[in-house]
Amino acid sequence: MVEATPLWEVFIRPRNGLSHRHVGSLHAADEVMALQAARDVYTRRGEGTSIWVVPSLAITASDPDHADEMFEPTADKIYRHPTFYEIPEEVGHM
Amino acid sequence: MYSQGLIGADGRTEEDAAFLAAFQARIDAEEKIEPKDAMPEGYRRTLVRQIGQHAHSEIVGMLPEGNWITRAPSLRRKAALLAKVQDEGGHGLYLYSAAETLGVSREQMTEELLSGKAKYSSIFNYPTLSWADIGIIGWLVDGAAIMNQIPLCRCSFGPYARAMIRVCKEESFHQRQGYEIVMTLMRGTEAQKAMAQDALDRWWWPALMMFGPHDSESAHSEQSMAWKIKRFSNDALRQKFIDATVPQAEFLGLKVPDPDMVWDAGLNDGQGGYRHGPIDWDEFWRVVKGGGVMNRDRIRARRKAWEDGAWVREAARAHALKRAARKVAAE
Amino acid sequence: MSEAFVTALLELADDHLVLGHRLSEWCGHAPMLEEDLALPNMALDLIGAARGLYARAGEIEGKGRDEDDLAYLRGERAYLNCLLVERENGDFAQTMLRQLYFAAFMEPYWRAAASSDDPVLRGIAAKAVKEVAYHIRHAGEWVVRMGDGTGESARRMAEAVEELHRFTDELFFSSPAAEAAEAAGLLPVRAETRGAWEATIRTVFAEARLGWPAQVWAQQGGRAGAHGEALGHLLAEMQSLHRAHPGAAW
Repeated sequence: MVEATPLWEVFIRPRNGLSHRHVGSLHAADEVMALQAARDVYTRRGEGTSIWVVPSLAITASDPDHADEMFEPTADKIYRHPTFYEIPEEVGHM
Repeated sequence: MYSQGLIGADGRTEEDAAFLAAFQARIDAEEKIEPKDAMPEGYRRTLVRQIGQHAHSEIVGMLPEGNWITRAPSLRRKAALLAKVQDEGGHGLYLYSAAETLGVSREQMTEELLSGKAKYSSIFNYPTLSWADIGIIGWLVDGAAIMNQIPLCRCSFGPYARAMIRVCKEESFHQRQGYEIVMTLMRGTEAQKAMAQDALDRWWWPALMMFGPHDSESAHSEQSMAWKIKRFSNDALRQKFIDATVPQAEFLGLKVPDPDMVWDAGLNDGQGGYRHGPIDWDEFWRVVKGGGVMNRDRIRARRKAWEDGAWVREAARAHALKRAARKVAAE
Repeated sequence: MSEAFVTALLELADDHLVLGHRLSEWCGHAPMLEEDLALPNMALDLIGAARGLYARAGEIEGKGRDEDDLAYLRGERAYLNCLLVERENGDFAQTMLRQLYFAAFMEPYWRAAASSDDPVLRGIAAKAVKEVAYHIRHAGEWVVRMGDGTGESARRMAEAVEELHRFTDELFFSSPAAEAAEAAGLLPVRAETRGAWEATIRTVFAEARLGWPAQVWAQQGGRAGAHGEALGHLLAEMQSLHRAHPGAAW
């Protein structure tokens, strides 16, 4: 078994005003090299103005097996959405 | 650049019928499958294998074109070719990343490539003998790859589909770059024109082989289609490629080296298309199995890069440990 | 004056093309995939700068020579690059150290070129200064990792210093042509960048735990076309196809 270089997740802000978005991953020994590699790999065509790199191991993910209990309970709470409430048209946009 | 001829896919799977049916229902509903979702083992295995082969093809694919970076005949061409070969490396990297979401490491995949266990597109086992090869590869090989990769952008496995979208976006310049090279040669001296025809003669058939064996011979293709890992059959994509490419060759004044090629009005559901002559599948299998001129050289070059680089990767990891320790000590 | 300026521009252009060419030799053979992308990025920066410099030289010269005439049709003795950039890649330690040495020189040089009397050069410098600043970072971080990594990497890094340091003095040497262009306010004075260069290198070396090399005989000659043996092979390869088809368009 070969020793592995750690995996990093890369997030890029395409331009100011937008959030950082996950674009892919890469291998690097430390955070400085990860940042440089992210620049060299993922911004060759002017894709971004800011980069985040996060060790893949540092990400805690929800378990798809628990998706039902995690996400379905919100489905019927339609009173959280503006269309649940009836406002006469004369009132105008609200 | 790559092709779809997945070699030796094994879609066998042992889950119960209810599980498989539920999974198939998700696929049929065009839901994307994400890495941590429950999936049949055969689906996972097929993807690891296909994405791995695809990634290896990109990486090995750097070598034949890389062979001409240092001899590119103008600075403009040199920069474009370097950027293109660099892109292939990037595409390999995106694809390894996609495969890694399925729990297989890049190091593992690399070892499999170097040991000969994992395959890659057989076209890269042909040598690049002249500058025209660079043009023809961009035009035909990248052209064939694009034909295959565009449908892969809709592949059912999320990370693979996302990687493909990025790859397709970047690759749009590759084929144009190649075609422009060939066009310039065909507008040039007699020697340049001959160079272009010679390159087409050598690359045409291997390019057709990139789409993989005929549908009737293509094992496990059906399962991949059902799982929407693969969206079109080998023969369908090959036909699409031929129909797109023959007129492009005519425009250039090049002759496709297939004496049997004819226009057949009955092809493509009566829309018409070019019927090609017989493909030498013996050659295809011979080259896949290691009998191409460059097979050994390609793997040797990759092994050399990997082994010569080992001390560098080790140094970076060792330094990272020291850094981390110093950071802790400073806190 | 213009003749000297043309010559001095060719010196700069040759430095960039030859080093860019050397870096491009790594593409597909780097120690990790991430570097297969990083090295061409630097190579493309350098080749891009070379093209601008050749074009400017050809324009001022006024004999109708374009970037490719200048890059592909001058032989070994007519190439005016410094010896450092033509050195063979060696291992990754040597490649990265060579890059650091060169970038650490070019960064203050391009910064000073912002006040050149030649507007085209100012434009080239404005773009290049950002590129080489990144090259310093990238190469510098690698030198640190190899210098302060494993026993083997430290040994190789020290060997690289021994191999390459003797070529660094030439960076600060101005040929008669360069001197004339400097005196005319067209180019920065090479010797004046030494302080900034040395500060950069000393910072990196300290972090990399690399010793400052003992004085050795400084190698020079590139600016007079007196090269080592490696350049002839590089040019033979680079120019072979172009020269085999005189006058052809590509």
